[in-house]
Amino acid sequence: MVNLDFIPWPALIGGMIIGFSASLLLLFNGRIAGVSGIVGELFRWQVSEVNWRIIFIVGLIVSPVVWQQFFALPVIHIEASGVMLAIAGLLVGFGARLGSGCTSGHGVCGLSRLSLRSLVAIMVFVITGAITVYLIRHVLTA
Amino acid sequence: MMHIIAGLSGLIFGLGLILSGMANPAIVLAFFDVAGNWNAALLWVMIGAITVGSIAFLVASKLGHSYLGLPMHLPASRKIDKRLLIGSFIFGIGWGMAGICPGPALVLVGTGHTEIFIFIASMLLGMGLFEAMRRKQ
Repeated sequence: MVNLDFIPWPALIGGMIIGFSASLLLLFNGRIAGVSGIVGELFRWQVSEVNWRIIFIVGLIVSPVVWQQFFALPVIHIEASGVMLAIAGLLVGFGARLGSGCTSGHGVCGLSRLSLRSLVAIMVFVITGAITVYLIRHVLTA
Repeated sequence: MMHIIAGLSGLIFGLGLILSGMANPAIVLAFFDVAGNWNAALLWVMIGAITVGSIAFLVASKLGHSYLGLPMHLPASRKIDKRLLIGSFIFGIGWGMAGICPGPALVLVGTGHTEIFIFIASMLLGMGLFEAMRRKQ
């Protein structure tokens, strides 16, 4: 018998739902579901491009409200202080635009299309993220 | 129709983030914390997303345009350059500091975690700075 108990099903199925969402946007609208690009390119304010980007963003924002019509929200805990959130946001916004993508664009979409460029980007940001957490949790606070 | 798809896609994306646990920064940070109590959830989310996504990209590669007749906007760059590496490096530091990337940040607006507005405001500032820099070049 194959033991399937070790698979975290919510994570796997949640991931498949994210993949399905990216598939919808790609196959119907011809667009990559990269959140930093969808938000960041609003700054270029090309009139014909503005509406679908804002509607996608509204979809993301209302998703917890829709979720709560059926289930209770899972526990969500933001550990970072206000100052940390401010610095982290700045680095995430600037870095994702400079590097042409974030977890969704390079991770979900880039890897799905076997982009070597995206694989490199993900390796860089996952390793950098792990080093950052290591420094914050095990070096600076030790 | 294109706008309905965009809205549905954003909504479904957010529901996937909530179900998978990725809307909770603590679970993302636990993935990064290899020296602590490691949580592999992020890896499983990526496996699920890529399994479904790769089918769509395979189908898309055979289409001249989208099902709605729209042009396919696929990134053309294949360059692994300094910009990609430095940008991803900066992004990684920020992601590791709070465990929040742009998708979950927007979901957290809707969960009523008001401190996320600090993150969103500075993320928009960072994106605006990039845009200002790009225009100068």
